[in-house]
Amino acid sequence: MAEIEALDSTWVTNAKLLRLLISARLRSQTAYRGSFAADVAGQVVLALTEFVELYAILHNIPTFGGLTFAQALLVFAFASIGFSIGDLLLGETDSMSDAIRMGKLEVLLTRPLPVLLQLMTSDFQLRRVGRLAFALLAMAAALFLTDIDWDPGKVVLFIITPLAGAAIFGALFVGAGASQFWLVDGRQFGNAFTYGGRYVASMPGAALFLPMQVFFTFVVPATLVAYAPSLVLLELEGPAGIPSWTGWLGLPAAVVLWGLMLLLWRAAIKKYTGAGG
Amino acid sequence: MIIEAEQLSRNFTVAEAGEGRGWNRLRRRSRTIHAVRDVSFTVERGEAVGYIGANGAGKSTTIKMLTGILVPSSGRVTVCGLQPVPQRQALARKIGVVFGQRSQLWWDLPLQDSFPILGAMHRQPESRWRPRFSELSEQMGLGPFLTSPVRQLSLGQRMRGEVAAALLHRPELVILDEPTIGLDMISKESLRRFLDFERREHGTTLLLTTHDMSDVQRLCQRILVVDDGVIAFDGPLTGLSEVAEARRTMVIDFVAPLDGAGLVLPPGAEHLGAEAEGIRHRIAFDPRLLSAAALLAAVSTSAEVADLSLHEPDIEDLVRQLYTSAR
Repeated sequence: MAEIEALDSTWVTNAKLLRLLISARLRSQTAYRGSFAADVAGQVVLALTEFVELYAILHNIPTFGGLTFAQALLVFAFASIGFSIGDLLLGETDSMSDAIRMGKLEVLLTRPLPVLLQLMTSDFQLRRVGRLAFALLAMAAALFLTDIDWDPGKVVLFIITPLAGAAIFGALFVGAGASQFWLVDGRQFGNAFTYGGRYVASMPGAALFLPMQVFFTFVVPATLVAYAPSLVLLELEGPAGIPSWTGWLGLPAAVVLWGLMLLLWRAAIKKYTGAGG
Repeated sequence: MIIEAEQLSRNFTVAEAGEGRGWNRLRRRSRTIHAVRDVSFTVERGEAVGYIGANGAGKSTTIKMLTGILVPSSGRVTVCGLQPVPQRQALARKIGVVFGQRSQLWWDLPLQDSFPILGAMHRQPESRWRPRFSELSEQMGLGPFLTSPVRQLSLGQRMRGEVAAALLHRPELVILDEPTIGLDMISKESLRRFLDFERREHGTTLLLTTHDMSDVQRLCQRILVVDDGVIAFDGPLTGLSEVAEARRTMVIDFVAPLDGAGLVLPPGAEHLGAEAEGIRHRIAFDPRLLSAAALLAAVSTSAEVADLSLHEPDIEDLVRQLYTSAR
């Protein structure tokens, strides 16, 4: 037993486990090649329609929420990258109510790993890579078209923004999954925050009403994913509800949001086992 | 002791749609269901215990409380010296769980690919889980379908895979919820033979719920009968086998209608009744006194037999009989 206990804490076994779980997931998905290819293509088309929507608006008016097409494209690209990484890792929580109904959760509970970790690896959706690829392409175009006056601070912000965005969306996915323990068909409610958050994040925040600006910055931090940091990079003044200093709030907001959503997740699991919330 | 349950109870609150009109409809009433009530029992290391009862009797709820899926509403439970829910992950390393109707294998992957993942989940180095896997694979005859995706396996093949998966980390206690449900006779028998061997060889404790009396007879020395959330019987199998062996039913269809009184029955058989205007007759018999073949031969002398079927006593009847005999 001592030998097993000693192995417990080693990084090697943890890393190996994670690798095994993810590679199992990837192989499962590529097991049906045809449907996998169709899925990837579908994801690219989805991302493309979102882009067309933005393009259609800016084709007809010169600026949207104070941003030119190139500037709006930067916001769109940040939001898409953040969302697609968050979705890639934690999108499975979206179907939590199915997992509860079909008894899959019970199987997860009888294994010696945290449920959330098992969920992350049980649905590492490779097809969502299609969306990420499109987002990276949009980012390249945005960088080419905009005229950013780079300095070290902006480079740092440029790197942390997609990571903070991924973390914010990941936390929203966890919260959406947790809410399904209380709401039997809570999928739509959760989607309002995740997919709704993505929609708001890819918009220029100034296009929102003031109360909405405040709500989506300080309550559900969707504008912090893309719009606010873009203001800093582009050296633009923000609207009243989203001052440009909020551009640096992405990472702290992600940390706070994760803390809250993990508490909610824990309460959700406790609710399921009946341990009291 | 490997399982200790003391005054274990579990209630569920079920919301019911409100009655009345208008806003009153939105006012919900809730009702409390006592799925398990004051259940106390212990299981010793190395025992094989059958946990039986009708549907909705509280079997699954008890199993969920033992495995850390549900917290008891009241009472105390320790499994392998741990408290199931607070120490769920530590407990998961010591027990193996098989749910007959849900899978813990990776559905789209070849069967053999699930094992390295499970080995890593249980933090076992390959030098430890690999030999065990070879042993399990050989004993359960997994070889021919190890490279097939789990989704393509027959139910019998998949169940053998599930049991191997649950035993990979050498658990001290294996809990099986309806492991033989839906299996054919041969698969059932090989699964039973394997579980029995596992217990004798490694001292693994077995706790299983089942609807199949033969599972209990082949595997368990002791049974716990749960009825309506309470333990109705806790004792050795001998008490059960008297009831279980007794009274199988033969249903016979004759070519022409026949009066029940006209049947010549050997000792140990009893005419229960006739249906379909005297075409179909139900005859109960005690297999210890009379074989099915002898009964059929005797009956055939009275009239020409068109068709027949044999019925085992069902678990609801057994529970009822045990319940009355235990009083």
